[in-house]
Amino acid sequence: MTRALWTHLVKDLRIEWRSREAINSMLFFALLVVVLFSLAFDPRGAFARDIAGGVLCVATMFASVSALNQAWAREIRHQVLDAQRMAPSPGAELFLAKVLANFLFVTIVQVLLAPVFLVMYNLNVVGQPWKLALVLPLGTWALVANGTFFAALSIRTRNRELLLPLILFPIFMPALLAMVVATGYIFTGESDPSLWIKMLAGYDIIFTTVCLLLFDVVLHAE
Amino acid sequence: MDLAPGRCYVLIGENGAGKSTLLRVLAGLLRPSLGSVTVFGGLEPQQARARIGYMSHAPMLYDELTAEENLRYFARLYPGRECLAPGEVLRQVGLDPELGRVLGQYSQGMRQRTSLARVLLPVPELLLLDEPFSNMDVESARQMVELLSGFRQSNRTIVITTHQRDLAAPIADWVISLHAGRVATIDPGRASA
Repeated sequence: MTRALWTHLVKDLRIEWRSREAINSMLFFALLVVVLFSLAFDPRGAFARDIAGGVLCVATMFASVSALNQAWAREIRHQVLDAQRMAPSPGAELFLAKVLANFLFVTIVQVLLAPVFLVMYNLNVVGQPWKLALVLPLGTWALVANGTFFAALSIRTRNRELLLPLILFPIFMPALLAMVVATGYIFTGESDPSLWIKMLAGYDIIFTTVCLLLFDVVLHAE
Repeated sequence: MDLAPGRCYVLIGENGAGKSTLLRVLAGLLRPSLGSVTVFGGLEPQQARARIGYMSHAPMLYDELTAEENLRYFARLYPGRECLAPGEVLRQVGLDPELGRVLGQYSQGMRQRTSLARVLLPVPELLLLDEPFSNMDVESARQMVELLSGFRQSNRTIVITTHQRDLAAPIADWVISLHAGRVATIDPGRASA
C-alpha cells in the first residue's frame, strides 16, 4: 500500500470515526429495509431462505447509496477536492482509498445487521455458510467500487442523490444477480454457487480496473 | 500579461469581474474559454499545479480534523517534496499548533489562517490567493501581509484578489484592474517604487 493511499484511508476513517455519518445512516436504513420486508412477507422456513439473499443484498444496496454520496460530499464541502486536485498525488489512490473506506463501512453494517437478520427471518442455513464470506465481500466490493466512481461522477450535479442510484443500479445489476443467486444457493443448499462467485470476482476485477483507469478524468473534469 | 518571479500582483475589480475565475485558470483548475495561459514556461497543468499554492474563498480543509491533522494530511500528498513542518507553518500564520479543536469549531478568521498555512506548506513557487483578507481583523491582515512579504522576497510570485486594496498595498508591485473579464488597467503598486 502506497503512502498516499494509506494517508487518504486514515483520513477517511478518522473523519468517519468522529462524525459516524456514513455508518449510522446506513445501519438505520438497512435495519428499516430488513424489518419492513419481514413484516411484508411474513418469512418462515423455506420461504425465508428463498427471499433472504435478495433482501440482504437489496438492503445493502439501498443503504450504501447514502454513504457513497457522503463520501464525496465531504470533499466538495469547502472545496477540499480542489486542494486534492492541486496536489501531485495520483487520483487513483484517492479513489482506491475511498473504495476501501466505503467497503469497510458497508462490511461493518453487514456484520451488525447479520444477527438481526438471522433472528427476523428465523434462518437455518442449509448450504455451506462459509461461502458467504466470499459472496458478501465480493458483492460489496462490486457495489462500492462502482458506487464510489459514479458518486464522484455525479457529485457536481444538483440532483446527485437521485442521479447516483439511476446510474449505479443498472450497472450493478449483473453483480446483484450473482450475489442474490449465490446467497440463495448458500441459504437453501439447492445448488453450488461457485460459478456465481467466479462471476462476481470477474466483475470486480473488470470494473475496478476500468474505474481506476478513468478516475483521473472524472477528478479533473470541470 | 506576463507575471514575473518575485513580484506581487493585486487583482481588483467589482463582483463578477473575473478575478476568481482568472485565479482558477492560473491554478489549472479551469480551462480558459478564450485565450491561453502558460505557467512555468509551458508545463503540463498536472505538473504545474504541484508548484502552485491556491487559496480560495472556501478553506479547502476538513471540518472534522484539527488544523495540524489537516496540514499533516496535505503534506503527505506531496511525495518527494520537502514541505514545511505543520507546527512551524501554523505558528507562522499566528495559530497555536497544540490547539486540539477540530476546524469546524474555528472562527472564520482562524480558518482563513489555516487555509493560508495549507497553501504555504509545500513552499509553492506561485501563490494564488483569493480574498485572503476577508473575515480577518486589521491586525491579522497586517501579519499576513508581513508573511507574504517574506515569501515575495524569496523570489516567489504572488497573485492576490481583494476588495481591500489598502491592505495589500505594502506588497503590491502591480495593481491590475479587471472589468467584465478583461484587464482594464495595470498600475504600478507601492512596492514597485
